[in-house]
Amino acid sequence: MIKRRKIINKLALFFCFLTALWGLFWLFFILVDVIRHGLSALTPTLILNDPAPPGEEGGGLKHALIGHALITIVATLLGVPLGVLGGTFLAEYGRNLKISRFISFLADIMVSVPAIIVGAFVYAVFVKPIGHFSGFAGAIALAIIMIPVIVRTTENMLSLIPWTLREAAFALGAPYYKVIWQIVYRGAGMGIFTGIILAIARVTGEAAPLLFTSFNNSFTSFDLKEPIASLTVTIFQYAMGPYEEWHRQAWGASFLITLFILFLTLFGRYFIRRRLKS
Amino acid sequence: MIRLKRDYILNTLFLFITAIGAFLIFVILLGIIVVLFEESFPAIKRFGFLGFVLSPSWDPVKELFGGAIPLLGTLITSLLALFLAVPIALGIAIFITEVAPRRLKEPIGVAIELLAAIPSIIYGMWGLFTLAPINAKYIEPFLQMTLGQIPPFVKLFSGTPLGIDLFTASLILSIMIIPFTASVARDSFQLVPAVLKESAYGLGATKWEVIKDVVFPYCKLGVLGGIGLSLGRALGETMAVAFVLGNLNQFPSSLFSATATVTVKLANEFTEADKDIHLASLFYLALLLFILSFTILAIAKYFIQRTQYK
Repeated sequence: MIKRRKIINKLALFFCFLTALWGLFWLFFILVDVIRHGLSALTPTLILNDPAPPGEEGGGLKHALIGHALITIVATLLGVPLGVLGGTFLAEYGRNLKISRFISFLADIMVSVPAIIVGAFVYAVFVKPIGHFSGFAGAIALAIIMIPVIVRTTENMLSLIPWTLREAAFALGAPYYKVIWQIVYRGAGMGIFTGIILAIARVTGEAAPLLFTSFNNSFTSFDLKEPIASLTVTIFQYAMGPYEEWHRQAWGASFLITLFILFLTLFGRYFIRRRLKS
Repeated sequence: MIRLKRDYILNTLFLFITAIGAFLIFVILLGIIVVLFEESFPAIKRFGFLGFVLSPSWDPVKELFGGAIPLLGTLITSLLALFLAVPIALGIAIFITEVAPRRLKEPIGVAIELLAAIPSIIYGMWGLFTLAPINAKYIEPFLQMTLGQIPPFVKLFSGTPLGIDLFTASLILSIMIIPFTASVARDSFQLVPAVLKESAYGLGATKWEVIKDVVFPYCKLGVLGGIGLSLGRALGETMAVAFVLGNLNQFPSSLFSATATVTVKLANEFTEADKDIHLASLFYLALLLFILSFTILAIAKYFIQRTQYK
């Protein structure tokens, strides 16, 4: 009897070990594959050149890189201030309000809401009335995805600052807004920054919300009022296309995006962990 | 006195600005519901609810639209993915909290969470170029030869294995959603009081018995929440599925047939819909998907919160 229980125990724990292997197996499979294909596609022309007509050599993704960077930067400029302010309200002024708990709950859900629905929403509100796709619409869609992420991390990071620290500042006669700016933000700065990094990492890989907002463009453009290319939408177009050369470039773009996101994510996690330990 | 007044004004101003930031969340969510409803109104009026949900036709020429196939496709892929992912995710959570040596806990945890950081478009492209051919050539014929020979499963594994099908899509989805269940389950496993576990060990229970009979019952809600979170993610996943499922408006006849999901339909047809009723029907699908995933996510988050405040 004891023996059977021991065997079941060993078997069950061994199964758990296998599940971990299963997870790691796919991670390495995907990463190695992206790196292997990506490195062979990575040439200076891929980054520096405009796209060439299919069939011709030497085309690049300059247009998509520039477009992607522009969309992400504008999205960050929109999303970060709004998100940080929202998180500040939830953790400071509104910390005892029922509505704050509710909003924080909604933000938590919004983090996981399908990205493509955000794209459809922005299409209806910004693209249809104007009559054409635009880089700004793409940036707004990404900002909408970013805001709840930043709201939640900001709220969490501000709540980590001990209440006595604020009281010490109040006792010196500081008004609340000064306490927030000079005490709370200073203490939680690194944590908020990390949250922002993770939010940027999250939206950089998004393709679905850009499909109906910033759409695509085969030329290098700096005009966010017009449709603009992005790496992710270009990957979708190229990978689904029939040309070998397009597939190669799609792998190259995937490599760049994956590397960028993994770097940001690991960097962000490292800081959060360090902060939680101290 | 003047200073105090200035401080009062600035403080009120800052309070006001931060409040706007917070209420923006509320406004956006409300905006999404209102706008999706408004945009899909022509389709709602024309096809009704049951008439749309139960109708399998999707005919832009005759202007007859129904959501039965994409809605069913979304449910099937998500549930299959869940079926594959949940045992794995729970196993990983157990491995990290109870089995792995201390030094390995953190690296393995981070590695599993990296699975969630990889963008879905990368999953999709990798699935199309790498996984789908492997599935078509080795895995799916193998499944046909083995599981496909057992009577109740014959139908399930019939058809020509092409790799672009339900099976590949669900497998990729399952890999993507592992980290969500795993990390929530891990967090709630760690909340189990050590005394509880120790008393079970004291009675002579094995590690597995402690996990099965003490840790699991204690964490029921958290685990359910984690599963719900994964399901919500799977329902809304677009790009990964768009590459490997095709966009075929037909009911799947087996695991090895192509079909469509709501998200795939949106991604493929949204910019090409030239008739108003076509676009309205797509918005209708988006609205239904939004309501479905929002409800599931809300329940999941509620469960997770309950475990945290316990």
